[in-house]
Amino acid sequence: MSSAARIHWRSFKWAAWLGWEMDSNWTEPWLFMVYSVIKPIAGAFILVLMYTVFALIGQFRDPDLFSYIYVGNAFFIFVGNTLFGTFQVIQSDREWYQTLRYTYISPISYYTYIVGRAASKVAVAALAVVITLAFGALALGVRFEINLAQLPIFAAAFVLGLFCLVSIGICLAGISFMTAKHTHGLAEGIPGIFYVFCGVLFPLTALPEWAQSVGRGIPLTYWFDLTRRLLLPPNTISTGLGFFNDYEILALLLASSLIFFLMSIGIFKLGEFLARRAGKIDMTTSY
Amino acid sequence: MDFAIETKDLLRIFKPSRKLFKRKNPNGNGAPEGPVTALENVTTQIREGELFGLLGPNGAGKTTLIKILCTLLLPTAGHAYVAGYDVAKDPFPIREKINMVSGGETSGYGLLTTRENIWMFSQFYGVPSKVAKARIDELFKTFGLWDKRDAKVRTLSSGQRQKMNMVRGFVTDPEILFLDEPTLGLDVNASRVIRDYVMGWVRRQKGKTILLTTHYMMEADEMCDRIAIIDHGRILACDTPENLRRGIRKDTTFRLEVDTLKSTSMFTGMRGVKNFSAKNDIANNTTSLTFILEDESPVSDILSSIQSQGSKIHYLQKSEPTLEDVFISMVGRGLE
Ligand SMILES: Nc1ncnc2c1ncn2[C@@H]1O[C@H](COP(=O)(O)OP(=O)(O)OP(=O)(O)O)[C@@H](O)[C@H]1O
Ligand SMILES: [Mg+2]
Repeated sequence: MSSAARIHWRSFKWAAWLGWEMDSNWTEPWLFMVYSVIKPIAGAFILVLMYTVFALIGQFRDPDLFSYIYVGNAFFIFVGNTLFGTFQVIQSDREWYQTLRYTYISPISYYTYIVGRAASKVAVAALAVVITLAFGALALGVRFEINLAQLPIFAAAFVLGLFCLVSIGICLAGISFMTAKHTHGLAEGIPGIFYVFCGVLFPLTALPEWAQSVGRGIPLTYWFDLTRRLLLPPNTISTGLGFFNDYEILALLLASSLIFFLMSIGIFKLGEFLARRAGKIDMTTSY
Repeated sequence: MDFAIETKDLLRIFKPSRKLFKRKNPNGNGAPEGPVTALENVTTQIREGELFGLLGPNGAGKTTLIKILCTLLLPTAGHAYVAGYDVAKDPFPIREKINMVSGGETSGYGLLTTRENIWMFSQFYGVPSKVAKARIDELFKTFGLWDKRDAKVRTLSSGQRQKMNMVRGFVTDPEILFLDEPTLGLDVNASRVIRDYVMGWVRRQKGKTILLTTHYMMEADEMCDRIAIIDHGRILACDTPENLRRGIRKDTTFRLEVDTLKSTSMFTGMRGVKNFSAKNDIANNTTSLTFILEDESPVSDILSSIQSQGSKIHYLQKSEPTLEDVFISMVGRGLE
């Protein structure tokens, strides 16, 4: 392994180990398991409730639409967890554990360290997504139609989707270098934006024209769209992306993910530089 | 010759952070208005193999200097080189060679055991497993943490956490180690152990350098090869403890203990008084005074102005200069 690769690997490996220890050890193992299963199922019930309310108000009863919403929301679990996972690293290491300055001055890639710390959150999210999907199929009548031949494209989209999410998370982390601990709003507000603009809850076409353009600029839109195409039976929902075939969507996802990746490096480096200049790398805010 | 640490005209100014929403009347207690000059014109050269001390009162700029050298903070102007690399341009190769511990602070991941905490940091530096394991065991024994090796960090006392952080500093066997008040708040025994270990570590190995800051005069005197006295961001003197003392040996040092004085302003600028410090002891209702005098002639003036305040003199002693006196003669006040 080249020395740069070795440094990134050890940064990732030990950060992931640390993240996992902290995420899984806060309680007894059995309680952790119960929590990990109950939480997504509770989330699924909230969805059912939401759908029922919609159905009563709007008087639509389209099982396809329910499946569309359900799968979108299931995969959205990744968004919240990953963004929170990357965003809270600097905040908690700096303010709570007060280890940030020591980690920061060690010979690792701090960028990769943050990715590693978020990895366990992504793993926990993956479990939650699987449970949610299984629960949907078994208890709520969500119909899946999976073509094994499309598995590679699904996997590629999945990897790119996570890659892009982590990039967005690193952008947030770069910003959080400069901000104090009471800015949790950022980690909660940004997923909210994606929830609305990326066609999670309702198709893109339900939004006004300008909002659809915003949605098309965010790679997550393509990830969610492609994921649904590959998991659900063909339907008549107008997503606004129907004129692209699967490979074109994948290409769009790849291109926009790369842009976000480059952006994450830029924003992260800038945030780091500004914080180092202002003396904020290891600040603690006691308010 | 290359220096382990070198700074040239280092300047660091902290600007008050610009508030997005300015408050109308800034009476609230926030950051002080206006920029703070934490370091000014700091030029030093620390040789490889030296145990170098920074001695200065609160707010002198010691931690600021360490942060710049550790690549945590950028200088406002000037240059700093660690192991020959520029801290601003080339932080990564520096990070491979340094480590830092600051005392009085209790960092660590509470859910991990002490050993896991240290292990993780050793792996950030790529220390081979076998070496790391042997070092951790040895250091835990040295610092009296052996029976806490498998305890969760959240169960440690703050002193134990501080010792754990010392282990973290040494476990990576850095070439250059920064210790910011390493014995702050530790008991006498633990401080002793740390001082001895630090001195032994530098002296028994080749090519190790330590920069240490402290408030404790005795600690600086005992441990350091050279000491820089720093106040208000400026280095006032830099030499061996012996030479620093010799520098004021021609001066006369007097110590007095008197009933509490209401004011000591009359000593300022008194003819023949180079500098002085005064410390009130509230419990005993006394004031301890130390004078650095050019010769003995001002003593009678001093005594009469004390008596004119109606204060009784408990004792008066002429003494050999200590490092503390050197400090008083330069800074104009004592340390503790
Ligand atoms: N992040 C910061 N923002 C604004 N001012 C700062 C910051 N850090 C330090 N200062 C100021 O710089 C000056 C030097 O501080 P520094 O922490 O270096 O002192 P010190 O010598 O380490 O003191 P102590 O003995 O109390 O630890 C102080 O006046 C301090 O208020
Ligand atoms: Mg300090």
